[in-house]
Parts: sequence; C-alpha cells; structure tokens
Amino acid sequence: MAQLAAVIGTGQTKYKTKRGDVSIAGLLREAAVAALEDAGLGFDDIDAVVIGKAPDMFEGVVMPECYLSDALGANGKPMLRVHTAGSVGGSTALVAASHVQSGTFRRVLTVTFEKQSESNAMWALSTPQPFSVHLNAGAGGYFAPIIREYMRRSKAPYDVGIKVAVKDRLHGARNPLAHLHKPDITMAEVEESMMLWDPIRLLEACPSSDGACAMVIAAEDAVDSSAKPPAWIRGGAMRSEPTLYAGRDEVNPRAGRDCAADVYRQAGISDPRRQLNCAEIYVPFSWYEPMWLENLGFAEEGQGWRLTMDGATSLDEGGDIPWNPSGGVLSSNPIGASGMIRFAEAARQVRGDAGAHQVAGAKLAMGHAYGGGAQFFAMWIVGADKP
Amino acid sequence: MRDIAVVAYHQSDCLASAGASNEVELIMPVLRQVFDQVGLHNAQDVDFVCSGSCDYLQGAAFAFVAGVDALGAVPPIRESHVEMDAAWALYESILKIRMGHADSALIYGFAKSSPGELPIVLSQQLDPYYLAPLWVDTVSLAALQARLMLDKGAITEADMAAVVARSRRNALGNPRAQLAGEVSVEELLAEETYVSPLRRHDCCPVSDGAAAMIIATVEQAERWGKPYARITGIDHRIESHNLGLRDLCDSVSTRRAAAAAGVADGAVDVAELYAPFSHQEIILSRALALGESTAINPSGGVLAGNLMMASGLSRVGEVFRRIVEGEAGRGVAHATSGPCLQHNLVAVLEAA
Repeated sequence: MAQLAAVIGTGQTKYKTKRGDVSIAGLLREAAVAALEDAGLGFDDIDAVVIGKAPDMFEGVVMPECYLSDALGANGKPMLRVHTAGSVGGSTALVAASHVQSGTFRRVLTVTFEKQSESNAMWALSTPQPFSVHLNAGAGGYFAPIIREYMRRSKAPYDVGIKVAVKDRLHGARNPLAHLHKPDITMAEVEESMMLWDPIRLLEACPSSDGACAMVIAAEDAVDSSAKPPAWIRGGAMRSEPTLYAGRDEVNPRAGRDCAADVYRQAGISDPRRQLNCAEIYVPFSWYEPMWLENLGFAEEGQGWRLTMDGATSLDEGGDIPWNPSGGVLSSNPIGASGMIRFAEAARQVRGDAGAHQVAGAKLAMGHAYGGGAQFFAMWIVGADKP
Repeated sequence: MRDIAVVAYHQSDCLASAGASNEVELIMPVLRQVFDQVGLHNAQDVDFVCSGSCDYLQGAAFAFVAGVDALGAVPPIRESHVEMDAAWALYESILKIRMGHADSALIYGFAKSSPGELPIVLSQQLDPYYLAPLWVDTVSLAALQARLMLDKGAITEADMAAVVARSRRNALGNPRAQLAGEVSVEELLAEETYVSPLRRHDCCPVSDGAAAMIIATVEQAERWGKPYARITGIDHRIESHNLGLRDLCDSVSTRRAAAAAGVADGAVDVAELYAPFSHQEIILSRALALGESTAINPSGGVLAGNLMMASGLSRVGEVFRRIVEGEAGRGVAHATSGPCLQHNLVAVLEAA
C-alpha cells in the first residue's frame, strides 16, 4: 500500500573534529544544499523538512528545529524533529520516507547532524539520571563488557577487532569526506594504540566528529530532476526493546534480529550475504562488525568473525560482501548523522555515485543504525531497480 | 488515503509537582487507561508506538529511553520518538498508518517540568549564538508579544483577562485541571503585573504529567467496536525563528495549517487551542477564524494546566472526547511549539 519513494539526492559535509568555520545552521545548510544540488532542486521545490540528531545536550540547543527552520528553507512548511538515540540518523530517514510513502508529500528534505565540538559527548551521555544508577561510563564503557561476552561465546581470535579497525580505515582512506584518513594503518598500529575500555583500543573506537548528512526523498513521479539514477526504497523497518529485561541477550539483541527480518521480508531477501551487494552498518566499536554480521543474518551465530578475518567484508581484499565501504562510523562519527550516513551511503552505492569506494555494479544495499543500549534499530534496503 | 480515527485518550491530572514519581510512573497509568478504553492488553496490541518528550526537561540525555520501560516492549516493538510535543508524534503515526505499515498506533507524551525553571530551560531553544546567551525566557518573549498587541490596539488587557476568566470557569468541569475557579475580569485586572503586561494568570502554570492516545484506521476502530472520531485533516507549519521577521500579532503558520487541514470546510463546534499565554489564544482564534458559535477551550486549555510535550496531544484528545460524548460534531485541535507560536499544528476531528 505504501507509495514508491526513492532517494534522488544526497549531501554530506566533510567530517572533522571541529568545524569552527561554520555555525550549527551553516553545517546543516552545507549538507542540505549539496543534497538539493545532487537532486537538481532548490529549497522552493521541497514540501517538508525532517531533521534528526542525538541528544540536544550535545550542542546545548533545546529542540533545535526552531532555530534551524530559516537555514533549511522550512518556513511555511511542515518541519519534524526525530530523536531515537544513536539510531536517529536511520529513523529520521525512515520518517522522512514515510512523508512520501504515505502519499502526503512529493519531495522531502531530511537532514541529520551533530556538532560534537560544541560540547562534550562523554559528559552529555553521562549526566546522572534521577532515580537511576549512575554509570558515568560513556558509550565505550557501556559496550565493552558486551563485546567481552561476545569474545567469550564465539571464541573469536583476539585480533578480529583490530582487523575491522584496519579494514574500515582503509575504506575511509578512499572517501574524501571521511574524518580519519589513515591509508598506511597497520594491525600493529591498532594493537599498540592505547587501551580505552578493555578490549576496545583507541583505534578500535569511532572518532568524535562534526558533520551533517542530508537526503532528498521523492515520490515515483518526481524522481527525474536528478542527473543520477534514483535509489528506490525497497524496505524500511524499526524496532525497539528496553535497555534491560530479564533474559535479554545484549550481544545478539532480538530487536536487531526482528528488524532485519522485517526489512528483508519487504525487500524479498532470504540470504543477505548473497543477495545484497554491500552494506553500510553502524559499527562504532570494531567488534560490532562480527556481532552484527551474526545479528543481521550474514553469518551463523558464533561465525561472524570468520567473514571479517577471511576478508569477506573488505573492499581491498575483494570481499564478496563489503561492509562500510565509506569507512563507516569508525572513520567518521557525527553521532546524530551517523545513521543517516549509512542510509545515504547505501543509496550512493546503488546510484553508482560512491567514487573511489564504489562497490562495482552494486544494485542492492543495506543501511543500518542502532542506538541506546543496542536496543533501538533502524534499517533500510535500497535498490537500483524499481520494485 | 486511509481514514484514521481517534479511539482512546487519557490525560493525567495536571500536578504542580509530581513529587518523587519518575517518568515511567507518570506514563504507565495513562497507558493503562487508554488500553482499557479499547480493551487492549499492552503496547504489543498496537502496530506502532510514537512518543514526544524533551531531554532538557528531565535534565538528562536520552531521557525518553526510560519511556520504553513503560511499554512492555518484549518482544521488541515498532517504536519511534520525536523531541517535540506528542501532537507531532500523532502526526508521524498518521503517516505510518497512511503508508500501510500500521493499522493502529499508541501515542504518548510526558514531562516532569517542575524540577527545573521551565521558562529559563526553554530560553535555550533560541538561536544559540545571538539569542540564547541573553537567556531571554519564554515569559519575557510572550510579554513582548502581548505588549506589541496592546500598543497596536489589537487587544486590551480586559480581553486577556476575559480569556483567563473563561479558562478558569471551564476548568471547573475538568477534573484534570490544575487551576480552576470562578473569577471576574475585574478581579483579574486588579492583580499586579508579573512580567509586564502579563499578570501571573496570563501565563500557563508549570505542570507534571502525561497523556496518551490510541488511533487506528476506521476499519480497525469498527472492529474494536468502540466509539471514535475521525481525523479529517491534519497539517503543521513552522515559521521564521527570527522574531523580528514575523508579525507577532498574527500566526501565519496557523492560518496555513488550518487551510491545509480544511478547518473552513464546515462548522467548528469546539476548538482546543494550545495557547500558553492568554493573548496567544486571541491570536490563534483569529488565525483560525473562529466565531461566536465555537466553544473555545472548554477544558480550560493550557492556562488551566500545561503538560509540556503532552499538551498538544491533549488538545486533540479533548476534542475527541467531546465528539464521542456527543457534545460536538466537528472540532479543531491546535498544538504549538517554539517561542511566540513559531510552529503550529492544526487537526480537524469529526463525528464518525
């Protein structure tokens, strides 16, 4: 019943530690203008604007859509702000898509961002919650024990995370927008980097980035403005579960498995490793690649690390299912935008628009985001072929 | 496009302080109420859940995550969240149903505003470079707007007091209200000003609480066999953040949203307007072209109790309640966000 919709434009800023040259609004506008140009449109052609970002405390601006309406050409139009923790970049794309898929609008601009240099994400993530145990751990401290449990269960060799860290940085070296450019990175360099939250070393963690990512999503009868082919949305799904509950599997969360099953069903996928050409998956800490390979059904439980070690997910090693050809979250992490970058990069792949990190002949790609205590999931599958 | 109905709604009492209750404890009772109204067990029985809340009101990042604990989200559910009033969560849910990914949705909004200084917290909504550092609070901005209207002769202080007197009187019939009573315009005008020209009673109170709603396709509502009201139109528009570029005596975005939602396509028996300040109710009534035949804010509106992040959803709920109880055949609900009515949502509800 959903109307067909497609990505007809993507735009991203250069990601870096501090974009001191632009305001928050300037950062978003840079991505928005790039997406509009890619779509062959101007602000006047847009019917509605949907923005997303992680907690307002990251920049200290409460409900920033109010302040951003002018910069994004939203005045006189509907404007919505999504916030679903780290998965927000993905959910924002899905909410923007629903504006079109519902038949309500023809062209929607969606923008996500984080300007982490405006504040301190570690602090913002660690403010004590009333009535709750205070963790004061940041994201790495939260996920480290879950990774250790994965290592125990899977009996994976100790250097799988190191391999992912190298692989994604080599991918990132192909992407001019990536925050980290480390074309000469080695396993030894990662292994020798400082241990932050055992077993996560500095180079196995994502950077803290400023940046924004935008897309233009259009209805079936409005895809022709762009000089590039559209990326058709073949499926989209979200799932949430509580942070804690008795019997919860935090290593292989059910919400992730259910979300994947939903999006695969919509896109007609039974074997993601064979049927998809590539995937942009939210891997903020290296070990999450093997963990999500299993959670998303690319490998049997306990076997995900073998794909990584065999080079199956590596563009440079000619792998059959490249993961994060853009360099992924490990190469650029403007938190609120990181999920949308995954979704937009999947679209770029099937549009043949990914430059030096293009997966040859990519026709079907997956974008993925997760957030909270690995409890919020958003995924989509985009294709070169109209469904 | 699929026809969508409101099937259940409940709002908690507007409390000046919810004391030691946490957000989950505020949310769970209203969820129980709406589930019971439809005969559902929990959030597993609807296809989609969407909420509205604001981290800054709780003073913690990801504060909405606790809301998921109120849902019984095991097995995992289809769920989303807007950092906006839950009226916009309703909007997102309607799109989800229109696209065929859901036949029903649970929407809720909640906030505990009492621990902080709400007008000061909301000052951080402003442009972070030029305005927020001035710490101009929401009451002061609304006072400037009221002053502009008074100086232009668009309203009188007695007009503002009349809005308050009607709100307090209507709230006598609303057991959820925080402020209710029989008070005359003369008595109100005799009170001293707070932030001139506003008196304390021109400003909504700070309230803690939550509201919840269940919507569904008309077909699903029929299957449930419960009374419902149809949402025949809904639209929202934002306008410039720069107060100097707006006509603060008008609400252009409300006019646009009203036109798109089809407010003028029929008689409006009842209107529930999210007007946090008395003069703003007058701006909104004019923008919506409401006449004598429309009962405005029969619940007392937010001047009688303002559940941040839920008040907009409550306006829709109050119109729904009056339609299913037979008091009205067609009504308009309005929600607002941002300083001086920057962003406005208008919904039209009609009897089944």
